[in-house]
Amino acid sequence: MPNDVFVVAEHLKNKLSDVTFEMLGKGREIADACGGKLVAVVLGSGTKDLAAQLGVADSVISVDDPALEHFSPEAYRIVLSSVVKDRQPKLTLIANTSMGMDLAAPLSAELNIPLVAYCKGLSADSGNVSVTSQLYAGKVDVESSITSAQAIISVLAGSFAGDAGRSERTPSIEEVRPSTSLNDLRVKFRRLVEPEPSDVDITKEEKLVSIGRGIQSQDNIALAEELAAALGGAISASRPIIDNGWLPKSRQVGKSGMSVKPKLYLTLGISGAPEHVEGMKDAATIIAVNTDPRAPIFDIADYAVVGDLFDIVPALTERIKGAKG
Amino acid sequence: MKEEMMKILVPMKQVPDLVEELEIDSSGKRLNRDFLKFKLNEFDEHALEEALLLKEQHGGEVVVVTLDMAEADNLLFTAIAKGADKIFKIPGNCDEGIDCHSAAQMFATAAKSIGFDLILTGVQAADDRDGQVGMLLAAFLGLPHVSVVTGLSLEGASAIVHKEYAGGVMAEFEVVLPAVFGIQAARHTPRYAPVSKVRQAWKTSKIETVDGGTVPASNGSVVNRMFKPESGKRAELIEGSPDDVAGKIVDLLKSRGLL
Repeated sequence: MPNDVFVVAEHLKNKLSDVTFEMLGKGREIADACGGKLVAVVLGSGTKDLAAQLGVADSVISVDDPALEHFSPEAYRIVLSSVVKDRQPKLTLIANTSMGMDLAAPLSAELNIPLVAYCKGLSADSGNVSVTSQLYAGKVDVESSITSAQAIISVLAGSFAGDAGRSERTPSIEEVRPSTSLNDLRVKFRRLVEPEPSDVDITKEEKLVSIGRGIQSQDNIALAEELAAALGGAISASRPIIDNGWLPKSRQVGKSGMSVKPKLYLTLGISGAPEHVEGMKDAATIIAVNTDPRAPIFDIADYAVVGDLFDIVPALTERIKGAKG
Repeated sequence: MKEEMMKILVPMKQVPDLVEELEIDSSGKRLNRDFLKFKLNEFDEHALEEALLLKEQHGGEVVVVTLDMAEADNLLFTAIAKGADKIFKIPGNCDEGIDCHSAAQMFATAAKSIGFDLILTGVQAADDRDGQVGMLLAAFLGLPHVSVVTGLSLEGASAIVHKEYAGGVMAEFEVVLPAVFGIQAARHTPRYAPVSKVRQAWKTSKIETVDGGTVPASNGSVVNRMFKPESGKRAELIEGSPDDVAGKIVDLLKSRGLL
């Protein structure tokens, strides 16, 4: 329907992701402002329990099929494409996550519906929709207006309050069958690969010393380790350190790594790209050390040290050792 | 498909160098392009690395294609220096910037005329306002796709890929080729091309041109304004000599019960 807002629910291992509720809360506001309905779309197999949690929506479209048991870029795109084509919602909100990236852009190209990605802000004023995208690694925001009857918006996790998307209400659920066969597809799900067990679970540490590109070489990691040891914490890292093979994946903080909430998160040479911030913004105290005064990490930190970590860290380690006696 | 014939196409694009300060021009709707420096999208660099690793394992050839803008020639010759076999440029000046739907359509037209068995490109880029090029390209070509790929191997006419989710969990998919993969990270850090090899490539290699077709004017959304985000809170500055800074941090850790 012309003023409806669709939210594509995202789930993994039978659990809805937070961004689903964030999109539902925002979607509720936009649907009301546009005089349309809020519709949640759940694809999966045996997803009754998940659909029941989407009561903020006026209704839920549930496509329940064994072929949709696990997320598949191909099967999910085919089904979602036919639902959107059939129902013509004004807006379709899809998470800008790993799964959502395999849906939003292909849907846009296939259905010729414009897409605005990396949405961190969304508003509607008498039917006019405005989207704020977070681009250039968080350094510049871009506000766009939707000028067509329909649009797809891919939404960054953590942009909206999740509470507004949760409700005890039982939604009305419409069961929809896939309109085409989902057999003989070219993308086959094989298995989920769980992270290798690690000596340290960084999600359980109270103090983390987290390193980024600024550490410069693998040899320098010892400096950070010494500081973490003095503090009684552990070291974690941003993506480039893991990609370089300098630390195991289990130490990665951020969008595709772990989300951590330690009492202390001390960053060394981390610029603070949105993908990293997503995994650590809820730390109680954030101290950031970086040579670049414009680094986005200082926008989220409680305390900022603009300086060279190679000067600061040895001095700090020594002081902490001294303070503990 | 014979593995030794595998032709891997790597579409690459450039993005503003984020190390530099980004300025917004007087219209308030665009970056000030006068002082903008461009560099290869870092994820495309990972895509090229993965392509080169596959070629080293299985044979075949690596073909790089890019749009006509800024550092395009240097980007292409650097790819040769790293081990790419052929380099293509799509003519049509893109210095004023190009949206991702248009870029993907140009890459799609070019890909059809170049030919390929597999397309690897960066998972995203810093300026993808209207979506990620790789997945748009897959849809325009009607090909299977997997995005956020960190591991890739070939098994006959299929690829086995690892797609990253949150929390370190990955999904493994078997994908019938040809397909498009959005590469998050190559198995190794992208290799470095020595300046001498790049210089040699300028002298000995040739950039071929490939038509990107005419791209329909994109519509559906317009940019109202660009602005630098206001931070919600300001961090408190800790200043002084390294020793002063260390002392102040110790004091605040103590006051917060963290030491």
